[in-house]
Amino acid sequence: MAETTTAKKTVKFIVSRQDTPDAKPYTQEFELPYRPNMNVISGLMEIQRNPVTADGSKTTPVCWESNCLEEVCGACSMVINGKPRQACSALVDQLEQPIRLEPMRTFPVVRDLVINRERMFNALKKVKAWIPIDGTYDLGPGPRMAETKRQWAYELSKCMTCGVCLESCPNVNDRNSFIGPAAISQVRLFNAHPTGEMNKEERLEALMTDGGIEGCGNSQNCVRSCPKGIPLTTSIAAMNKDTTKHLFKKWLGM
Amino acid sequence: MKGNSYFSRKLHSLLGIIPLGGFIVVHGLTNYQAFERGPEGFAKGVETINSLPVLPLLEIFGIYLPLLFHGIYGLYVAYQSNSNTGRFQYGRNWAFTAQRVTGVITFVFVFWHVYQTRIQVYLGNITHEELGSTMNHIASSPLMFALYVIGVLAAVFHFSNGLWAFLISWGITIGPRAQRISSYICMGVFVIVSALFILSLVAFSGDEFKEAANAALTWTNIG
Repeated sequence: MAETTTAKKTVKFIVSRQDTPDAKPYTQEFELPYRPNMNVISGLMEIQRNPVTADGSKTTPVCWESNCLEEVCGACSMVINGKPRQACSALVDQLEQPIRLEPMRTFPVVRDLVINRERMFNALKKVKAWIPIDGTYDLGPGPRMAETKRQWAYELSKCMTCGVCLESCPNVNDRNSFIGPAAISQVRLFNAHPTGEMNKEERLEALMTDGGIEGCGNSQNCVRSCPKGIPLTTSIAAMNKDTTKHLFKKWLGM
Repeated sequence: MKGNSYFSRKLHSLLGIIPLGGFIVVHGLTNYQAFERGPEGFAKGVETINSLPVLPLLEIFGIYLPLLFHGIYGLYVAYQSNSNTGRFQYGRNWAFTAQRVTGVITFVFVFWHVYQTRIQVYLGNITHEELGSTMNHIASSPLMFALYVIGVLAAVFHFSNGLWAFLISWGITIGPRAQRISSYICMGVFVIVSALFILSLVAFSGDEFKEAANAALTWTNIG
């Protein structure tokens, strides 16, 4: 085939790769043909179709996770150019090149960009982030929630357990048992619910154990990083207030 | 760390303000008398403190024990944290790291400072009345002066920024607006208390205290 004279526009990716959970990470460069409206996921799909590095050698396809592709599931969270965010909403046109992709290393890396976010789900279990209504008979309708409350509680319900707030938090690491901002905000959400409120002490007490709310060091990176704009630091401070009140009430036997 | 870290961390937060935060302000005000009223004013300030009732108990339960707990547990808190200011260059994240760095500097500085002053009094090498001349001796050396300025700034930053975090940790400032306003107030506290300490250091290094030190020296020579 004759050489074309026009230079083809390309996109450069530098991807951090890791073959097994315990293997040493290494980086690989990929140069892909540019297409309009590309996002990081479509770039990764292109690498999957044609797993050849920038210097022309064949390699294994890069592993990543994704589901909804509209920034509501949180599965494709990764560190893109140094910042944790969702790959689906990371548009290539808005990113500085080369685009550097890394896994969120706060979590155990399974392979390449795939991480295990189990600790977040364990944290939700620990704080009982649900409303217990199961029973042997119909309890009837619960109390209504005030509209003014619903409006701010709805913002908290946008949390998709993506892990970006944990990745940005300097106190979430392997020397620290802090459960992270997401679960604390969920306590606020479920304690705001008129039916959930009936069990609020249980959730507050879960926050008052090892690795609970006291792990927050107020770096406030979480609220800056949250892709859903959840007021995480407000949630944490509100739960600080409620746990403090609960602490004194318990001491005084009220 | 054994036990429930919620209670140890809460105690750590409380002790940092009550009594330690209160102590640092009182200490700053006492020292400032050296700047405002000279050696006699400072000596009077020292005397006022020494005339407090049950002083040894106040010192042990109001200063030494809280200081040891806050300092040692604080080192553990610092060990438990990462610094990611490279990736997240936000003011509050810098303050988070600075809180831990200044905590460690303050820990070292306070031990050294207590050794140079209070422990020398306990050992009988100097008396309470000679503390002014001891401070003159320290502040006259440019190196010591610089180290004291660093130590004092670290301690006061740690206190002021800790006050901001205390208000959050106990659920007093909740929304972003309240936290922003309290950060301005705490910055003001930092500037004012730092000024108290630095001006008193300047006073200690001055001629007035040199003369007082010489006078004290003559007295000891005579005695």
